[in-house]
Amino acid sequence: MSQKQYWSDLQDLSNINNKVEVANDEFKEELPFDLSDSVFGANTPRRDFLKFLGFSTLAATIVSSCEMPVRKAIPYAIKPEDITPGVPNYYASTFVDGGEYCAIVIKTREGRPIKVEGNELSSITKGGTSARVQASVLSLYDKARLRHPMADGKEATFEAIDRLVKEGLAGKTGYLVTASMMSPSTMEVVTQFLAKFPGVKHVVYDAISYSGMLDANLASYGKRTLPTYHFDKAKTIVSLDADFLGTWLSPVEFSKGYSAGRKVSAKNPVMSKHYHVEGMQTITGAAADERAICRPSEVGAVAAALYAAVANGTAPSFASAKLNKVITDAAADLKKGNGMVVCGSNDMNVQVVVNAINDKIGANGTTVNWVTTSNYKQGSDKAVAEMVAAMETGQVGAVLMHGVNPCYDYLDGKKFAAALAKVPLTVSFAERLDETAQKCKYIIPDHHYLESWGDAEPKNNYYSLQQPGIAPMFKTRAFQDSLMVWMDAGQTYGDYWKLYWNTRLSGQANFDQALQDGVIEAEGPMPNGALAFAGNVGGALAAIQEKKAGSGVELVVYQKVGIGYGGAWSNNPWLLEMPDPITRATWDNYLCVSPKRAKEMGAEITTFNEVDYHKHVAKITGANGYSITLPIVVVPGMHNDVVAVATGFGRDKNVGRAAASDATKGGKNAYPFTSFNGTNVEYSTTAKVEKTADTYEVAITQTHSSYEHRPVVHEFTLEKFKEDPKELQKERGHEIGHYSSLAWEEKEGKGEHHGGGHEEHLATPEMEEGFRDNGTLYDKVPYEGIKWGMSIDLNSCTGCGACVVGCMAENNVSVVGKYHVLRSHEMHWIRIDRYFAGDPDNGDTIQTVFQPMLCQHCDNAPCENVCPVSATNHSSEGLNQMAYNRCIGTKYCANNCPYKVRHFNWMDWNGADCFGDNIYEDGRRDDINDDLTRMVLNPDVTVRSRGVMEKCSFCVQRLQDAKLSAKKAGRPMRDGEVRTACQQACPTDAITFGNMNDKESAIRKIRHEEQQERTFYVLEHIHVLPNINYLSKIRNTSEVVANDETGKKDLMYTDHI
Amino acid sequence: MCINFADCVVVLPRFYIKEKLIFSIFIPVPESLKPMFRICFRSVLSIFVVLLLCNVQAKAAPDGKALFMSNCASCHNPIKESTGPALQGIRASLPGGDWVYKWVHNSGALIASGDAEAVRVFNKYNKTQMTAFPSLSTEEIDAIFKYVDEYKAPSAAPAGATAGAGAQGATESNSWLYTIITLSLVLLVIILWRANTSLRRAANEKDDVPNEKEIPLHRSKLVIATTAILLFIFAGYWLVNGAINEGRQQNYQPLQPLYYSHKVHAGINQINCLYCHAAAEKSRQAMIPSTNVCMNCHKQIKEYTGEADHQLVTAEGKKVNGTEQIQLLYKYAGWDPEKKEYNRDANGNILATPIQWVKIHNLPDHVYFNHSQHVKVGKVQCQQCHGNIEEMDEVYQFAPLSMGWCINCHRQTEVQFTSNNYYSIFTRYHEELKSGARTKVTEAELGGMECQKCHY
Repeated sequence: MSQKQYWSDLQDLSNINNKVEVANDEFKEELPFDLSDSVFGANTPRRDFLKFLGFSTLAATIVSSCEMPVRKAIPYAIKPEDITPGVPNYYASTFVDGGEYCAIVIKTREGRPIKVEGNELSSITKGGTSARVQASVLSLYDKARLRHPMADGKEATFEAIDRLVKEGLAGKTGYLVTASMMSPSTMEVVTQFLAKFPGVKHVVYDAISYSGMLDANLASYGKRTLPTYHFDKAKTIVSLDADFLGTWLSPVEFSKGYSAGRKVSAKNPVMSKHYHVEGMQTITGAAADERAICRPSEVGAVAAALYAAVANGTAPSFASAKLNKVITDAAADLKKGNGMVVCGSNDMNVQVVVNAINDKIGANGTTVNWVTTSNYKQGSDKAVAEMVAAMETGQVGAVLMHGVNPCYDYLDGKKFAAALAKVPLTVSFAERLDETAQKCKYIIPDHHYLESWGDAEPKNNYYSLQQPGIAPMFKTRAFQDSLMVWMDAGQTYGDYWKLYWNTRLSGQANFDQALQDGVIEAEGPMPNGALAFAGNVGGALAAIQEKKAGSGVELVVYQKVGIGYGGAWSNNPWLLEMPDPITRATWDNYLCVSPKRAKEMGAEITTFNEVDYHKHVAKITGANGYSITLPIVVVPGMHNDVVAVATGFGRDKNVGRAAASDATKGGKNAYPFTSFNGTNVEYSTTAKVEKTADTYEVAITQTHSSYEHRPVVHEFTLEKFKEDPKELQKERGHEIGHYSSLAWEEKEGKGEHHGGGHEEHLATPEMEEGFRDNGTLYDKVPYEGIKWGMSIDLNSCTGCGACVVGCMAENNVSVVGKYHVLRSHEMHWIRIDRYFAGDPDNGDTIQTVFQPMLCQHCDNAPCENVCPVSATNHSSEGLNQMAYNRCIGTKYCANNCPYKVRHFNWMDWNGADCFGDNIYEDGRRDDINDDLTRMVLNPDVTVRSRGVMEKCSFCVQRLQDAKLSAKKAGRPMRDGEVRTACQQACPTDAITFGNMNDKESAIRKIRHEEQQERTFYVLEHIHVLPNINYLSKIRNTSEVVANDETGKKDLMYTDHI
Repeated sequence: MCINFADCVVVLPRFYIKEKLIFSIFIPVPESLKPMFRICFRSVLSIFVVLLLCNVQAKAAPDGKALFMSNCASCHNPIKESTGPALQGIRASLPGGDWVYKWVHNSGALIASGDAEAVRVFNKYNKTQMTAFPSLSTEEIDAIFKYVDEYKAPSAAPAGATAGAGAQGATESNSWLYTIITLSLVLLVIILWRANTSLRRAANEKDDVPNEKEIPLHRSKLVIATTAILLFIFAGYWLVNGAINEGRQQNYQPLQPLYYSHKVHAGINQINCLYCHAAAEKSRQAMIPSTNVCMNCHKQIKEYTGEADHQLVTAEGKKVNGTEQIQLLYKYAGWDPEKKEYNRDANGNILATPIQWVKIHNLPDHVYFNHSQHVKVGKVQCQQCHGNIEEMDEVYQFAPLSMGWCINCHRQTEVQFTSNNYYSIFTRYHEELKSGARTKVTEAELGGMECQKCHY
């Protein structure tokens, strides 16, 4: 056994029979038959059955006797030269959403974008993506997008609005409100616009503010900007409440760097050490080596204590021993050099102290780069507050808003809306009728970013060009174009932009190259350097001291890894259905509460447990009196006095069907809990939480299937791994060693050892081979040519969910909606299982590990044997193939799958059925059945219909395509030529995929050479021979969360052997 | 009754265990059909010999006409000015030596090099650069000019009657004869049997032997049982076959919005399939050409002059005026034949409308088929699946496009195993080929019959 006992939820831990019962039912469905004792006494007796039989036979006959429909084949009238039907085109571009940046490549088919991938030429994001980047292509085809400009709520023409806006702007004071802008050319347009209208001021407003950090940097270094963090160079990373792998600043960039420092092998057992202090449970906290919890109001004090420990060696004196230990250890490690402290607080004083620590430990110029700074955020809370105050006086003539939605995400949306009503000219560039656009006089919708020309400068002198993947679909106009029309610039932004870059890059050839590459970067490593620290540490420390630590319950407003701050993402079904990495909940926000507090509130597991989706509802009242009711979801690892609510929910119905908040889904708005303290916005508040008598259904996915306590994850501490890297090999050898040779061979002296208990029996590729051949009665299957294999590094996986959404986009995986997730009907081909270890009542002890789980493509697959029609069978390349058109839907395969990765189409999710939409009785259609939304579907992958099973195919369409390219070129396939969608999406390179028969392939090297010690297969001993292996999790900690703490024995041995 | 052996796929039941043939049953051919076999064999042999001879001839000298038709005809006419000049006798007016070869291989380079004559020609023809043909050899270019110089405008005399028609008629009458003979023999058997029975009954009556009571046929249990079983079998067979064929449409020949004759284009004028279906080697779709591709040639070819050789007729026998169809094309393409230019909108975009062809070859959505895999990698001829397309005026679906049909081909087709380096990874097969243990590698042996090769 590895060192720990894992549990997927609290129910699992307490092992109440209920969970077992639930898990026993693979399909939690009432059968549509009446199973009464007496056939004739039943509600649907035999005669009804015969009627149904007769009807269905007749229906089938009638349908099949229909004439074949006449189909049309319509070619292009004039075929564009660069489009070949059936062959994708790729365009390098840039994903920008406010301050979020990712260099991307757009895949288009016949002129429509169907997939977004990372651009590997970028030295910032290095080809990584996030769930949002992956999902952005679905937002392009969002039905809720505005299709024309509007004036006073009615359709209008650009010309009419232009005239009125120009009149309204002339000589007036006003505000141009935008989110943080990284585009140099847009900035120039804005500057010219402001010069033309001197009364107009530019205010940068960010829904999630980093104003405190920017102000602190201004005070410390004289530059109101953000540094570049080199996580890859850091040996010690201390994060104070900064969720840098999930939501903080630039998670894709940080994930790339962070994971680079955590690739560990037996030959090179070195990795960074990550200390984490937070109030709630985030994926960054889950990845941390040492994690301690504190109140959000204590973060400043923790920073101060860390500063004191680093500067003077003062021992911290918090009530929590774990917190003290983490601070002391972190300070000791930081002093060794190559350290880095990041902090998620929006308090300027806290950030000044963090800057001071980074300065003290010599991080400036090494891990924290002040020469190449980042432009992700520019917002100023003060400026926004001043603007709202000015608007309230009624003296403001005009407000133009781009990329912002303050009526929803400002700390007091109602106040903003009231102030906005006093402004005579209000213009929104929103792409949908969001909460703010509704209150604006004119709406001139901007293009979607996939329809836009543009650029970005995410870091100084690091540029990224944006080119469209599709011509604008609706009557929309670029934001810059609107400004240029109003200031009579006499040219379009497109021309301006081309000229701008042609001039900057000196020549068309360079411009073309830059457009092809997507990024403009200088050769060589990123310029790095320090700035002299000039912050007033004493003052900051005193200010922190002054603030009293909160008492009672504190509420944290946080962002979900999926939909983040909200915006258009709130209406993105891919993101809404992507389970939250920690809670595994979909479609809602809720109140995250620690297990202990839940118990105290009477919302503990014995009555309404984790398995039951009915959750107790709590009434939450913030310090400012804002009050909402939300269901309670128990999250191990939370501070006992901290509750958390996610942003992005509680949206208006006009934001979109998926976003619309109602009594059954969509959650509540959390932004009003935030407050402004005179300098910055605070994202935590004291709160009152009371349990109500109500319950609410929350669709949580992890409890939908169970391994019944069989160990599936292996984790070791770095120390232990260094000491004996072969421990996992020994364990595996113990399990599969019996089969390395056959009993009769042993007698002849060929075999080595038979029977268990042999200590030094290491699992090696040879032993695996023996296990493969001797552990079965079947003949050996030769895999000629190609044998696909995948390796997943549990040390790299952060649980961010980019792979889940990437897979949905690539494979037309259906969204089923909250109601069906509740019934375990979710269709994700890859899920990320989350396991906790530790004492649920003590949040400090909780350690979390993520395990991506997808079809293991077993060579001895249990699903294949039970299919009565051979719809699932094995290919000569080791793929477990699923032939949808052959499947008759018995679901035996899903029942027999030990990994629970098969999903049944209970409904016609994508309108694939010839019977039309059969989901709603009232004639409603799901958005994915709309012609617009269906444009996102990948034409190379079948859209599955009702009644068939589906599962991961290893992106077989990509495999086939890569093989075909190689065949056309007359050469063998190259390693790395084909990548699965999950692999390509992953920002931490956790997934390796390739041909095991290729001696030089990366996958073979991992399994046989580099990572032989960490390789394991999930449920290897049952001899299903998976083609996916995992690499054990190595945590750089001394603390082992042992089983004894929970007083529980190993359930695998008690229950199953 | 016409038996066309070329279309028959005879499946012989075989029984394998671990790839060893245990037994197979041959379906014996009836004696009466043997003469037909002989006729077929003879005609096939003679066709083969003729084809072989043609081939040898083709190897001996490049075929100027074919080369002209496939490479030049879209822009040049031997005796008329079109996009490019009339080519007859043009060589005399051009500089001698290698000039003309250089021009053909890459006129752009010649112009760029500042060659005076090249620049003059370029300017004369509206600065339209001629497509480069680097692959044409000097012999082939010579052959093209030879053909062009010898070209005469087509005379009105009709071509000779087709030779095959008579032979076909003979086969047909033969098979009718066999049918009639078989039927009369069956009739004879029945008559004799009835006569025999009646005579025996009469004899029995005479000898006072009691006759069995005659049961009418419709009461006979034997007859009823046999009929019922036969009916069940036939009905089942019919139902199952019908169900299997559901959605299949072999021989589907819909009426198209524009009468486009593949025979005129691919057959008579020998335009390469890939000229229009250019994506067949690149993409999963062969691609139906857009109207601007048609206009590459039809800017010049304004009328159909081949009525004498080949009258255009629809499947219903209605005569079609080819010139009218070309005019219809102009409408779709947005071409003004009077002004000789495209109609354009205010932004300079050509006002073309796509032709809404009726799709003939329909595969279900759950089937992935890739043309380039078959055409480029597998080197499969278009005709293998689409039939003799160069003989079809209106295209019909030649193959059943059923899974059985696909699989049958995958089962039998030999892969270009040694010539394509991709397959070098299949080391065992290569060793076996070298050692002589196997003679070929079929598609099926490389996994060509697995579900997820076509269904994903």
